[in-house]
Amino acid sequence: MDVFLTQILNGLDKGSAYALIALGLTLIFGTLGVVNFAHGALFMIGAFCSVFLQRLLNLSYETVDPTKTDFLGNPAVIKTPYVESWFGPEMGAAIIDWSVPLAVLFAIPIMIAIGFIMERGLIKHFYKREHADQILVTFGLAIVLQEVIKAVYGANPIQTPAPDALSGVAVLAEGVVYPVWRIVYFFFSVVVIGAVFAFLQFTTFGMVVRAGMADRETVGLLGIDIDKRFTLMFGLAAAVAGLAGVMYGPINAPNYHMGMDFLVLSFVVVVVGGMGSLPGAVAAGFLLGILESFASMTAVTDIIPGINQIIIYLVAIIILLVRPRGLMGRKGVME
Amino acid sequence: MLGLGKKDASLLLVVVALTMLAPFILNPFPSDSGMAQFNAGYPDLMQRFVIFGIFAIGFNILFGLTGYLSFGHAAFLGVGSYSAVWMFKLLSMNILPAIILSVIIAGLFSLLIGWVSLRRTGIYFSILTLAFAQMSFALAYSVLTPLTNGETGLQVTLDDPRILGVSATADGSIPVTNLFGLEMRSAYDMIVGPWTFTFSVGYYVCAIVMIAAFYLSIRIFRSPFGMMLRAIKSNQTRMNYTGLNPKPYTLAAFVISGMYAGLAGGLMASMDPLAGAERMQWTASGEVVLMTILGGVGTLIGPILGAGMIKYFENIFSKINDGVLHTWFSFLPDGIENFMVAVIHPFVGKGWHLTLGLIFMLVVTFLPGGLVEGGQRIAKALRKKDKDDDGKSPSTEPAE
Amino acid sequence: MSKTNLTRRGVLKSGAVAGAGVALPTIFTASSAAAYTNEPTGASVTLGFNVPQTGPYADEGADELRAYELAVEHLNGGGDGGMLNTFSSKELKGDGILGKKVEFVTGDTQTKSDAARASAKSMIEKDGAVMITGGSSSGVAIAVQGLCQEAGVIFMAGLTHSNDTTGKDKKANGFRHFFNGYMSGAALAPVLKGLYGDDRKAYHLTADYTWGWTQQESIAAATEALGWETVNNVLTPLASTDFSSYIAPVLNSGADVLVLNHYGGNMVNSLTNAVQFGLREAQANGKNFEIVVPLFSRLMARGAGENIKGILGSTNWHWSLQDEGSKAFVKSFGTKYGFPPSQAAHTTYCQTLLYADACQRAGTFNPCGVAEALEGFEFDGLGNGKTLYRAEDHQCFKDVLVVKGKENPTSEFDLLEVVEVTPAAQVTYDPEHPMFAGGQLGSCNPGA
Repeated sequence: MDVFLTQILNGLDKGSAYALIALGLTLIFGTLGVVNFAHGALFMIGAFCSVFLQRLLNLSYETVDPTKTDFLGNPAVIKTPYVESWFGPEMGAAIIDWSVPLAVLFAIPIMIAIGFIMERGLIKHFYKREHADQILVTFGLAIVLQEVIKAVYGANPIQTPAPDALSGVAVLAEGVVYPVWRIVYFFFSVVVIGAVFAFLQFTTFGMVVRAGMADRETVGLLGIDIDKRFTLMFGLAAAVAGLAGVMYGPINAPNYHMGMDFLVLSFVVVVVGGMGSLPGAVAAGFLLGILESFASMTAVTDIIPGINQIIIYLVAIIILLVRPRGLMGRKGVME
Repeated sequence: MLGLGKKDASLLLVVVALTMLAPFILNPFPSDSGMAQFNAGYPDLMQRFVIFGIFAIGFNILFGLTGYLSFGHAAFLGVGSYSAVWMFKLLSMNILPAIILSVIIAGLFSLLIGWVSLRRTGIYFSILTLAFAQMSFALAYSVLTPLTNGETGLQVTLDDPRILGVSATADGSIPVTNLFGLEMRSAYDMIVGPWTFTFSVGYYVCAIVMIAAFYLSIRIFRSPFGMMLRAIKSNQTRMNYTGLNPKPYTLAAFVISGMYAGLAGGLMASMDPLAGAERMQWTASGEVVLMTILGGVGTLIGPILGAGMIKYFENIFSKINDGVLHTWFSFLPDGIENFMVAVIHPFVGKGWHLTLGLIFMLVVTFLPGGLVEGGQRIAKALRKKDKDDDGKSPSTEPAE
Repeated sequence: MSKTNLTRRGVLKSGAVAGAGVALPTIFTASSAAAYTNEPTGASVTLGFNVPQTGPYADEGADELRAYELAVEHLNGGGDGGMLNTFSSKELKGDGILGKKVEFVTGDTQTKSDAARASAKSMIEKDGAVMITGGSSSGVAIAVQGLCQEAGVIFMAGLTHSNDTTGKDKKANGFRHFFNGYMSGAALAPVLKGLYGDDRKAYHLTADYTWGWTQQESIAAATEALGWETVNNVLTPLASTDFSSYIAPVLNSGADVLVLNHYGGNMVNSLTNAVQFGLREAQANGKNFEIVVPLFSRLMARGAGENIKGILGSTNWHWSLQDEGSKAFVKSFGTKYGFPPSQAAHTTYCQTLLYADACQRAGTFNPCGVAEALEGFEFDGLGNGKTLYRAEDHQCFKDVLVVKGKENPTSEFDLLEVVEVTPAAQVTYDPEHPMFAGGQLGSCNPGA
């Protein structure tokens, strides 16, 4: 029983990441009709926001300590972060310790800005172009973004640990322990998803956007400048992907190609959920996360070897064959 | 000529001339000059150009004509390679049976996947093909290792049976791939002054196959069948209303392009008898999509250009290291030399991906029709200039 | 109108071209005129450095490339000579190899067999490389080794740890300096016994491809010989990024040791996840729960950050070694680049030197001569103590390091501490050992 419980938790956790990325992708599909292959790169940039902040907080001044030597036998250089000298060692260390949660605040404006720039500078010119062109240009952009990150931070992963208070494990029940940060991640994603839905459901702005998703032309005829709102939606989608990335850092160390690793999976999630359906994307994210977790159990792989390798794709094929438009897809979107 | 219109025939002739003279065209720089870095006229890369050309031509038959975007075509290429290598292991090192088998197996495999995937359209179709290809890759890498040799890739070894050939040559080596005794790896070097031109048997075999594949694709484009495929792209609903069932046509196109991929895979294994699982990964499928779009979707020659461009970057730009850069700019004063090297450094060598990404963005933004459109614009500009020079002769060319 | 520049030089040039044109029919020569592939005829010899420059192992590749550049510098007489001064063979004089200046070309393996072969082929066909070296994964090493055998050049493997490289996929033209999975097991087992006792239950997580399997097999065999029990072996897909669903069941499985047969990004993530789930602090069967990572690399350890503290593993070489060779290498590498070299850098530097030395001793670049000079070659002073290049399988036999993640690192490079240097004799195995059987070297191929 505990095994099942832990695997459900694992599934919800993986699902959180899938759902957040898929949510952003669907927002862009649904509103702008653009296939955004750079969405994984936005997730990756989010994660590197916290790497950047961590590096920023660790900016240090150097003093030479003649009593110690470095690997070449020269006098060692001791680094002290500026924040520690400004706020005192304890406060400074605490700020560095909490760099990931701090990066959330820091990432929101950055990601929205990146989203704006991307949409106004590039994507805008591709609304009327074929999907193939959109794929090529956003894929090119994704490569450029990840190569820039690689040139700055290298190819190896960089740890962005959770604050001490939120690392370690929580005992949920007899024999069921679970990392605290993963629980935090799950609740965080629920809050973000809830916020996005509330925003679309309960604000006039959201109402207009939903109307635009359903019938862009008519909304335009009513004299509403739908384009401007769509730009904002792109910023929002970028922010959701970025936040997913920032918070994911402590779970798995960010590296420059993490976006590509998630890209294909998140496309599968979006399509399984149904094109243009936000609830579908979220539901499919959690569903595939949980199925993936169960498929990796030894009890299952003993029966079907290798099922853990292909489960997501297998489920995608079955769902698409049984339900032509995924779980909750609408007719006529990207068919 | 050969049942082709005048324009197509001249296009075919251009392609024939380009492929046959490739060893000269691709080696424009003397081999001891600094620019020799940009020479692409060595057997392996020339073979890759034409093999990926075949792959992209085949992909274009599906994507360019019907508009169905498959994200899993690399699986057919991989299956083709595996079948060919198995033929080398079991039967003989002759490439003919290997290539025939790889086309057949890839055709059957694409029939199966196409039959399932073509129940859906648009992005749902794309994801279905992607899912099948990713499953093939994951299984080939792990569970199917006895069949595929997993991570290492399937290779020919000294103790393979090879019933129609020998397991090992007299001097204890693995026999090489051949076409009825004509070894694929043999080559002639022609040295003209400072230039070296290499004529490789393997390349010419691939080139002839590609020309045949290209000819076939022209015929398909111009045939009633091709017309039908275009009709599917432009309006499938209307086709349904006219009482035509598009399914058999799309499936045929899918299988044909799958067989092209299998042919490319078989040729690849024939030139270099190894089949790795990465050939089936989604990035490989994505690559052929990019080649086609980059070159120009739905054009005859575009996919070949796109394939050539991507392979050129992968093989030439990735090899330019700082040492090479320094020799280029060594004539400049030190400060400027270092500055130039620092400026170019991020875009070459280990940064070749960055350059490729930028090229994708630039081409698709400014040349919506891909490289072919770029060529047409240049041609138009030249023609206009000619006209300005002549001044008097009015345009008599037919509208295109 | 085109201008014509009639200069003496220009006339001479066009004369030469015309002459060549006239002589055309006789210039058609078969490539078999040379005695072996890419026989260097000029004043220089070209080596091909084929390393991952893009993809997840790009940082290892970059470090390998640094070491190669350093080795070339030393071979040509530049710098402080590094390990040339400590190397037991004194044939190399710092005037290149056999009097020819060493030049090199680089390529990108992308850590894909296909791309690696394409890049190696271009170096052989276009740039005339007479030796190929490098790489950061076994799949690539085996694929390129096969290619070099066919093409008739020497392959000096870089970082490749699979038993197969010098086991069932060994080739006459291929040589490996790096250690392998079997050696990791043989070196780790006694240390594991000493630290954790002989009554342990091990749970293996294994990357689901050839390298993972061979390593798991080696470690399981070595630990079972101690009396350990292997509770479970779970295969994880290569593409996994989140290992939580594989780690979670470990705690309740009755095991008290977790062995992570992972490398690269897989290793960083699985170790991070294992620590997240509290395995490092956990208790099981009344003992402290332990995690073992059989193949450690400092660059990867850096990616895993704090998580490697106290984790045991093995490595080919570490910069903190205090023998003369290692000290000389760390000094010249550190002075040039500002940080200590990784084990990947060390192995590739050694391979370059060993190749150059073999050519020098053989008096030729002919792969068959070089191979003969390397086979059975015993040397010292390259950082791993006395080493033998065994003739039967072209594997180096040398001391293996058992290392542990340091609890209190003094710098960002000081991540591992050497627990024990396992002597070569203890990790030596029979060439016909079942884990290595099934392949043949074949005969050396000089190409052409």
